[in-house]
Amino acid sequence: MLGLLWAVMTIGVYITYRILGIADLSVEGSITTGAAIAAHCIYTGMNPYLATFLALLGGMAAGLITGLLHTKLKIPALLSGILTMIALYSINLRILGKSNLSLLRMDTVYTVFKESSLVNNPLFVRLNIAHQLPAIILGIICVLAIVTILYWFFGTEIGCSIRATGDNPQMARAQGINTNNMIILGLIISNGLVALSGALIAQQQSFADIQMGIGSIVIGLASVIIGEVLFGRRSFYSRLMSLVFGAITYRLIIALVLKMGMPANDLKLFTAITVAAALALPTFRSYLRPLTKSMKGGAVDAVNKRNS
Amino acid sequence: MLSIRGIHKTFNPGTVNEKTALNNLTLELKQGDFVTVIGGNGSGKSTLLNCIAGVHTVDAGSITIDGDEVTRIPEHKRAAMLGRVFQDPMVGTAANMGIEENLALAYRRGKRRTLKWGISNQERQLYKELLSQLDLGLENRLSDKVGLLSGGQRQALTLLMATLKKPKLLLLDEHTAALDPKTAVKVLELTDKFITEGNLTTLMVTHNMRDAIKYGNRLIMMYEGRILLDIAEEAKQKLTVEDLLKRFGQASGEEFANDRALLS
Ligand SMILES: Nc1ncnc2c1ncn2[C@@H]1O[C@H](COP(=O)(O)OP(=O)(O)O)[C@@H](O)[C@H]1O
Ligand SMILES: [Mg+2]
Repeated sequence: MLGLLWAVMTIGVYITYRILGIADLSVEGSITTGAAIAAHCIYTGMNPYLATFLALLGGMAAGLITGLLHTKLKIPALLSGILTMIALYSINLRILGKSNLSLLRMDTVYTVFKESSLVNNPLFVRLNIAHQLPAIILGIICVLAIVTILYWFFGTEIGCSIRATGDNPQMARAQGINTNNMIILGLIISNGLVALSGALIAQQQSFADIQMGIGSIVIGLASVIIGEVLFGRRSFYSRLMSLVFGAITYRLIIALVLKMGMPANDLKLFTAITVAAALALPTFRSYLRPLTKSMKGGAVDAVNKRNS
Repeated sequence: MLSIRGIHKTFNPGTVNEKTALNNLTLELKQGDFVTVIGGNGSGKSTLLNCIAGVHTVDAGSITIDGDEVTRIPEHKRAAMLGRVFQDPMVGTAANMGIEENLALAYRRGKRRTLKWGISNQERQLYKELLSQLDLGLENRLSDKVGLLSGGQRQALTLLMATLKKPKLLLLDEHTAALDPKTAVKVLELTDKFITEGNLTTLMVTHNMRDAIKYGNRLIMMYEGRILLDIAEEAKQKLTVEDLLKRFGQASGEEFANDRALLS
């Protein structure tokens, strides 16, 4: 049920990838930054909720850097993201102090739920899901809150300006929108959510690892695409919800292929191929279209010939 | 209203692709002037409009709109004073947003954007009325995505967006060139109606000499980044396409080279 926690990241990836039209690689770093900040703060005895909030801020700062590199220094978006990602690797190591920080037996955001009587209900204990319930409950709360806030935000004047910037920057500027600021704002929100997701994941698995961000952009894209394909993309609200279901489905698929005997080390290869195939789908279709057309055309010709 | 003094614009300076698009161009527009702009391909018409709008910054000279010097002001800030329609119908609107959302973006041009809801019910009523004036049936499709509209519908919508908040200056860059002839006539008539009703100061680039003569109170012809001919009021009313070609030949020592302009 880690899917719910990854859903938070998926929503972040969606904001840059679909709304702004940028593939933002800083995500790879900022998810670890979120995990590292939360882990370090909790390890040094801070309140886990405050630690998680600081993780969110840390991610937002990372987004700000990528945004400034891209808009003010005119570095291409992809490269700006890579630069931030690489820089964050060193920064994350500094925050963690070592490559892996354990949170075992520390108080986390889930502790309150772990102790609640609902979670320890004998039924759940017998079903052997009691240990997962805290993450599910908090995950649902977080996801619903984020979806609600974003649904509101992207309907406001500023939110509409961000959407217009991603849709058609020329038009946005002609309507008086400062597109640079909107791109920066979008990257800040996106990376903030990604870092929040990292903080939640680290606390759920009880450790933060310097490697945990690797491939996360691809996982995010996979979840976005799965969500769009399987759960529709009609209204903005249903799109946001589809991201959540996309992230959960992705986790289920991964769990399934692992159960079917795929070595865990091959997971990233599997994800990359899946995403590549999904992204190539429109191209395949356009290759196939003339083919099917000519087949149909041929059939019509044949019919005409027979009739003449 | 618009005062352009000696502007220069050179693209890719110091390279083999160096191209001087505007060469010491000076132009004054009075409030309410409706100026049509013609000129051969590459004579600098689009560059002139883009420099006024702030898409490009000029290398030298100054641009003043209604007393405010805007020469160094970025594009999104100048937008508060300008309405713009482009040649490509795709450029003027956001395809993945609704018709009403596009209008709402234009309605807030020049205002600070806040966390207030992006569109109000009152506005919807206003947009409905304005869209019904276009007579394209768009008034019942407020929430449809703009990407579903035809090129002509999109240009009409862009025109409405450009004039929704009365601009100090309206910039039209061959905005009917990409449309089929029938639609082009319709959009051009709408344009003339909006300009006349709003008494809008306008620069309209057109590839069609007949349209350039028919519309507006003043006509300028550009050549190699400067203004070659400037014909206003009565002199313009008497103008014919043949006159225009002859005078172009006399002034430039060349034949007018814009196939589209001659054919149409
Ligand atoms: N962004 C640009 N980069 C380089 N050259 C440009 C650019 N825009 C216009 N030009 C050049 O400037 C000249 C004038 O172009 P333009 O203003 O588009 O002409 P017009 O609109 O009159 O056909 C042309 O030679 C064109 O190639
Ligand atoms: Mg042009």
